[in-house]
Amino acid sequence: MAPETLIPADRHYTSEHEWLLVDGDEATIGITDFAQDELGDIVYVELPAVGTSVTKGEAFGVVESVKAVSDLFTPAAGEVIARNDKLEDAPELLNQSPYDAGWLIRLRLADPAELADLLDADAYRREFPDA
Amino acid sequence: MPADLRITLLHDRHVALGARMVPFAGWTMPLQYVGILEEHAAVRERVGLFDVSHLARVTVRGRDAADQIRSITTYDVRRLAPGTAHYSLYCNDDGGIADDVFIYRLQQDRWLIVHNAAFAGPDLQRVQRAAGDAAQDVTAETVMLALQGPLALAMLRDTLGPAVDGLKLHACAELAWRGATVLIARTGYTGEDGAECIANGVTGATLWDALHAAGAKPAGLGARDTLRLEAALPLAGHDIDATTHPYEAGLGWTVTLDDARAFTDRPFTGHDALVALQAATPVRRLTHLKASQRGVLRAGQAVRTEDGGRTLGALTSGAFSPTLRVGIGMAYLPPDLARPGTRLQVDVRGRALPVEVVRRPFYRRPL
Repeated sequence: MAPETLIPADRHYTSEHEWLLVDGDEATIGITDFAQDELGDIVYVELPAVGTSVTKGEAFGVVESVKAVSDLFTPAAGEVIARNDKLEDAPELLNQSPYDAGWLIRLRLADPAELADLLDADAYRREFPDA
Repeated sequence: MPADLRITLLHDRHVALGARMVPFAGWTMPLQYVGILEEHAAVRERVGLFDVSHLARVTVRGRDAADQIRSITTYDVRRLAPGTAHYSLYCNDDGGIADDVFIYRLQQDRWLIVHNAAFAGPDLQRVQRAAGDAAQDVTAETVMLALQGPLALAMLRDTLGPAVDGLKLHACAELAWRGATVLIARTGYTGEDGAECIANGVTGATLWDALHAAGAKPAGLGARDTLRLEAALPLAGHDIDATTHPYEAGLGWTVTLDDARAFTDRPFTGHDALVALQAATPVRRLTHLKASQRGVLRAGQAVRTEDGGRTLGALTSGAFSPTLRVGIGMAYLPPDLARPGTRLQVDVRGRALPVEVVRRPFYRRPL
């Protein structure tokens, strides 16, 4: 068994192993420590352009590790107001710092009420006991 | 893990090292220990240690062994001197490739053949049809290790003794070590110098421990795949299979049609078809593609003309090359579009990724 991964208590989670850190009507999105560990060495990240509108549940990008391709799903609807362009040259930031330097995009939330559907850290841990 | 998967005699070591174990060709094998990129780099820069005990090992003994093995394989193994090994193919009657194999002539009348795990069953039957009881499957009771990388031979010399010196490329020798015999061959599947070792279970495990303690980095199937693809070594069942033949795969050099000694009773399996295929104008060729932009190539993705107008084939292998930091792959393409420098595109999940045909291999070790 892999050692238990980090699940910070300050953010929301999805069943697709993304996290969402809310600040007012904005939210930063990334993938969890468990997700990066499962994927292994990440070598390519594809993210939407700033200004793109995203719909909850749709794929907004892709991460590829040496072995696998994984879609990134939008946990809430909104407009992309920033993206982490450092990942283009340094996709390994997703492995090294999934909750901080490896963030993916920042959204202006269309409807903060959608956040009610997301998991908190305890619920995420319960849903994925291996995480 | 499904219960019907086989484990190698080193399984407990992999688990203790924290390896991610995955099902592979009927076996539970380590995909990675710490990470594919780190393990890949260790093999390119220093030395990596692989458990390849899942490869099927069959011995053949007797005065007729040379002719028997020759009757099922494309290379005329009868010309091998004792203490040497050669890469060869098993072909079907139509010239399609059933598997690629390594054949070791240990002594004049004692041979070892190494098969891919995925084809272990049919390959063993093929050998038994030719050699009967003289063929013996020794996979279960032996360990096979690969020590690969620029420091590999020096480490093996320090561990196994000076008898390792003078082992030429593709040579093999049986060494006495700690009261047992270790078969060492200067072969591998990574594009680096190195050797593969076969021994009984206890001795093989002791050798694993000794090499690990000496600083060899355990490396899994993930790194093995990226290493072999950078070296443009084909993977049986993917880049070569029953629907492809040796000439279009660039493996004509493994086929001997002009034997120095006459065939005993019948030519080897696939001989007549291969004579015709060699004379025919090739319609496609296994081609090596390198991405011109960021992106990862994967097996199965469509290869198109540069303008995207015509689909030419699909990648048989694809990966991110850790050494070149770019996507690489192989595909069977029409010869006029298989020339180095030709620009094409690959459909990467709907995105047209520009690629260029390059000469094989993608990576060649510095001399």
